[in-house]
Amino acid sequence: MRWAGLAAVLGLLALPALLNSYAVAIFILIFFYGFLGQAWNIVGGYAGQLSVGHAAFVGVGGYTAAMLSIEKGITPWIGMLAGAVLAAALGAVIGYLGFRFGLRGFYFVLLTVAFAEVCRILVSNIDALGGALGLYITFTGDPRQFQFQDQRAYYYIALGLMLLATGVAALIERRRFGIYLTAIREDESACEALGVPTFRYKMLAMVVSSFLTGLGGTFYAFYLFSLQPNTVFGIPLSVEIIIRPIIGGSGTLLGPILGSFILTPLGEVSRYYFGQGGLYGAHLIVYGLLLIAVVLFLPQGAYPYLARRFGRRPQA
Amino acid sequence: MDLTLVLQGLLSGLLFGGVYSLMAVGLTLIFGVMRVVNFAHGDMMVWGMYLAFLLSTRAGVDPYLGFGLCAAALFVAGLAVQRGLVDRIVDAPHEMQILLMLGVALVLENSALLAFGPEPARVRSPLASATVWFGPVFVDIARLVTFSVAIVLTWALYLFLFRTDLGKTMRAAADNSYGALVIGTDVRRVYAVAFGIGAACVGAAGALVSPILPFQPPTGLSLSVTSFNIVIIGGMGSLLGAFVGGLLVSVAESLGAVFLRPSLKELVSFSLLILILLFRPAGLFGKRTP
Amino acid sequence: MAPLLEVTALSKRFGGLQAVKDLSLRVGDGEIVALIGPNGAGKTTAFALISGFLTPDSGEIGFRGRSLKGLAPHEVCALGMVRTFQIMRPFPRLSVVRNVMIGALGRNADPREAEARARAVLEELGLAPKAGHPAGSLTLAERKRLELARALATEPVLLLLDEVMSGLNDTETERLVEEIRAINARGVAILLIEHVMRAVMSLAQRIVVLNYGEQIAEGRPEDVAGNPRVIEAYLGDETEAGPLPSQPTHGSSRPRGDL
Repeated sequence: MRWAGLAAVLGLLALPALLNSYAVAIFILIFFYGFLGQAWNIVGGYAGQLSVGHAAFVGVGGYTAAMLSIEKGITPWIGMLAGAVLAAALGAVIGYLGFRFGLRGFYFVLLTVAFAEVCRILVSNIDALGGALGLYITFTGDPRQFQFQDQRAYYYIALGLMLLATGVAALIERRRFGIYLTAIREDESACEALGVPTFRYKMLAMVVSSFLTGLGGTFYAFYLFSLQPNTVFGIPLSVEIIIRPIIGGSGTLLGPILGSFILTPLGEVSRYYFGQGGLYGAHLIVYGLLLIAVVLFLPQGAYPYLARRFGRRPQA
Repeated sequence: MDLTLVLQGLLSGLLFGGVYSLMAVGLTLIFGVMRVVNFAHGDMMVWGMYLAFLLSTRAGVDPYLGFGLCAAALFVAGLAVQRGLVDRIVDAPHEMQILLMLGVALVLENSALLAFGPEPARVRSPLASATVWFGPVFVDIARLVTFSVAIVLTWALYLFLFRTDLGKTMRAAADNSYGALVIGTDVRRVYAVAFGIGAACVGAAGALVSPILPFQPPTGLSLSVTSFNIVIIGGMGSLLGAFVGGLLVSVAESLGAVFLRPSLKELVSFSLLILILLFRPAGLFGKRTP
Repeated sequence: MAPLLEVTALSKRFGGLQAVKDLSLRVGDGEIVALIGPNGAGKTTAFALISGFLTPDSGEIGFRGRSLKGLAPHEVCALGMVRTFQIMRPFPRLSVVRNVMIGALGRNADPREAEARARAVLEELGLAPKAGHPAGSLTLAERKRLELARALATEPVLLLLDEVMSGLNDTETERLVEEIRAINARGVAILLIEHVMRAVMSLAQRIVVLNYGEQIAEGRPEDVAGNPRVIEAYLGDETEAGPLPSQPTHGSSRPRGDL
């Protein structure tokens, strides 16, 4: 398994040499959404706290790095960390309120949605942050400004982010932290009775997850050169973030990546073909149908199914 | 602050609130009976709007006459969604139910996008341009009619729930008295009809609001979120809470637009929502805590 | 010296219902005490109060010489008191050994050590062959023992058992009684809620009887069984609880001798 993983990483490192720019762009999205899905997976998958507001962390991270770069000339490489720290702080606030006040299920979902929406509305109305139009970043192609002439640089950064999040998730999974999270997902009261400080571990999961997601905001901003509050803070982005790990298998290490490898190309291809005919939204119909099918037929997601099918027991 | 403006905001908010109430009553009925949150609620409502749009543009039926057809169509759709999908996951964990309905929402919203395109639509009604002045404030006739019909429909639903056997069974289910369900009632039928009625509520609400609210496929998402706000504020599963909550949220947003600025109006209801979630999660009229 | 657990004047009210009223009880080191009473007598509420799941309206809980006031359940567990649940709460999708590890990790942060400890407990309770199975696939009797195994893995000095016998057949009950006795023999004190009177009578050194949230009797098993207030409490409320649960015949004026 370790060797297979290493071979896959080496393959992905060598891959851009064989790809045209359209394929490279698709891989960038696969890695990026794989990364966001993996970051979400820590709190949403392992710990089972269904956040549908993770876009807020992308937004906070992206806006922080972009503002620091535009206003203060601070390199996004530092801004990235600053944004992630702020995203983690927001995650801590949401987590504290949600977990301290014992919000579960639908109530926790709504709390996370409400915070993301409040961020979206606030940012849309703050002129210093570009208001509803958002922020635009002028292209310089300077690597110190997180900008690259060669698209392959973004490929490697996105791959690096995905591997980083996966590495963090793998570390967590093997430790007491991760084992506790999987139990918290199943039954919090039973955990408490057995001596698990559930609040502390849920908070930790939320903070790690929002920190990583915040890192992704900088990539988003400096890959697309723009940030609009309705897209980076919006519910649709949150849905994009959660749908891949859920279809791939939430609470598993490879689920989010598998989900992104399934959904992203599917989405991009259908977007491309239907979009040419002026038909929008086709890829989201596909996502919706897949989501329904997964809930009904593979509620644990594709990875556990495949792992069973091909003889590897998923770690319980 | 100009008092007239405040009065005007209050009135417009109240009149618009009828639609919010109808929409939220539908959501809370579905939740109350089967503990499933209909994440596709707003998207169903948008389909009600587009049906009114089709009726008006293709057949020349005024939405104020055609809302019954829209409600009937959504009733059937709701029934189908319940029988085909929701029925299979009524006992599944909440997360699974949320994700399933999210899938339905994605399909509904984007099939509307595929069918009607992204441009905002609006249904024309001869009533929509008329206004009547009462001293310093004016009443938009369209809003008044929308409000009146929405209130009448909510009242009819109330009568159904309190005066008919099927309605009483539903209320018993919503009050968590499963005893009533176990004893000689076809649970699946109650569930299906409840889902159908919940969807019919937004079918009608969508048609009624179509002349006064320009809409496009993504409108569904914000309507879903608004109806979640309302039912949480009013108390999940509480019919009275949904009704009062609808008026309350509409007035709050309307006043928010007057006192702050229009683009900040949703901030008021989200702040209200967060406060309710934290300090009174059972809502204003709810008995039970989550 | 203060007893291991000392509960003084504990009360809890839910709206109009006085669930626990002025309850006092002690459990000494290595002692087995049973808490019995008809359904709805407040036993499970008392457990929830003692283990930190509910906050009492008034009263004191002392454990190992310190007050438990304001402590969360996991902190109570860390001090050495662990409860099981009447309605068993296994982590259904986790394997049996993972379930037990959750208990063991509190005192062994290293998952490998925790797993070794969990396997030892499973071995002891005869669940080792099921270690790799998902907990959701166990039979009722096995789940009861899993609940016990998880609690044991936290290395408690006091074990609160909430109806671990209910629903088991005679053989299974006897086996569990022996296992509990063995646990107790290693010095673990036990407070148990139990309806299976045969088990209570053979295990408990002392019995506390609750009715309507109040303590109505306390003493050695043979004394309590003959106490008229106890008999009345059980028989006077047949619709709710029935007579003493292991007793098949209604209406007899005193419990059978083999209780």
